[in-house]
Amino acid sequence: MALSPFRRPDHGRPAPAPGLVRRIDAFARLAFPGFSTAFLMVLAAAPVSLPSPVFAVTLPCVAFWSLFRPGAMMPPVVFLLGLLMDLLTLAPLGSGVLVLLALHAAAVRFRRFFARQSFLAVWLAFCAAALGAACFYWALQSLLALRLSPIAPALHAALLSCGLYPAIALVLTRVHEAMRHAENAP
Amino acid sequence: MIRLSIPLRQALARLSLPLMIAAAFGIMLLGKADTLLAERLRTHLSDALSPIYAALAEPMGAVRSAIEEIRSLATLREENAQLREENERLRRWHATALALETENDMLRRQLNFLPEAAPAFVTAQVVADGGGTYARAVLLATGPQHSIRKGQVALDERGFVGRVTEVGNRSARVLLATDMNSRIPVTLESSRARAIMSGTNGARPRLAHWPEGVIPVDGERIVTSAEAGAFPAGLPVGIVRLSSQGVPEVELFARLDRLDVVRLFDYGLRGIIPPEAVARPEPRSGRR
Repeated sequence: MALSPFRRPDHGRPAPAPGLVRRIDAFARLAFPGFSTAFLMVLAAAPVSLPSPVFAVTLPCVAFWSLFRPGAMMPPVVFLLGLLMDLLTLAPLGSGVLVLLALHAAAVRFRRFFARQSFLAVWLAFCAAALGAACFYWALQSLLALRLSPIAPALHAALLSCGLYPAIALVLTRVHEAMRHAENAP
Repeated sequence: MIRLSIPLRQALARLSLPLMIAAAFGIMLLGKADTLLAERLRTHLSDALSPIYAALAEPMGAVRSAIEEIRSLATLREENAQLREENERLRRWHATALALETENDMLRRQLNFLPEAAPAFVTAQVVADGGGTYARAVLLATGPQHSIRKGQVALDERGFVGRVTEVGNRSARVLLATDMNSRIPVTLESSRARAIMSGTNGARPRLAHWPEGVIPVDGERIVTSAEAGAFPAGLPVGIVRLSSQGVPEVELFARLDRLDVVRLFDYGLRGIIPPEAVARPEPRSGRR
């Protein structure tokens, strides 16, 4: 639905979109980040005999959309995504929510700075943020379960999400460009 | 879309993050207070998601089998190298065995050697572990038609297991070599020194009473000794292993933790027979 701008022919005079269609279009663009992230998380939670990459998949999506389209990745959406993450993984309720909200807040706070940086800089910053988020997540889990869990899985998840970021960002950048193109069109 | 005034909308946008963080803490408290809530929510979620996963089952199975395939390929290489090396070693052993066999034949021809008669044996199934007086003993199911008597030697397909200590009409109890009460006269194969292997109720019996001047070496083979006339000489028992404290222990060839069938050999030896726990006639006294 968000990819519909691709199908719009560039030549000729674009017909003015009718009110309802335009509104549906805008809503699709607004809803795409949240829904696509949720869908990706559900896919990542599929029971394959691999360590569950839900956390590692969620972080890049939330960070990307918070940085480049905070209008669509609003705090309530982040909240719901965090809740979904806590339910998909067996983490104590609330820990994932808080971690994602903290990541979102940091991304929104620095977004004006990062919008002007190169991809590499954003990636490095994301790596640092992912490491911090994983440590925070681990600390929250330990605190809520009242016992020290091993930190190695959290670090593995952080590394995995650092590695996944370029692949996810590549796809999401395409989608984001397409959306911007559609928005700028009359 | 609900139309709101711009300042109100800005205030809402600014307020939503702190509000959500507060809600996150609230959820944390809720999850802590009612642990069943999370479980219920998870169950509902997985109920809702199960159609998606069911649709994904086919491609996921493909992914999983591909991963398995890659993993097995990696191990295959390693295994192949290992097998090749082992094959090489076995080939050398095979050559050695053939040479020894011919040498043995030649020597026998010159000595007029009397071959030992193959001992008679009965194969019996292990039906129960433990129980009875001993900590490490097994119960065998036998029939009245089998001539089983006390003092017979039990072997599994790899080596020495223990000795028959009690015989009933349809069962026999074998005291395993690992039991605390088990004392087996053994020979250290390379030094030919005699020793006693005494059980500790652990997996590895200890060696004791070896003669002065001989030190059991790690990896040395242990066989039974004919001392005291309780066992025939040369039954394979195990390998010497030095424990972390340097105490020589015996790693048994027999897999005592997963015994299913043992063979009871009758060598006709009556050196040391366990005493009768209950006075009853020996079942097969008339046959011998």
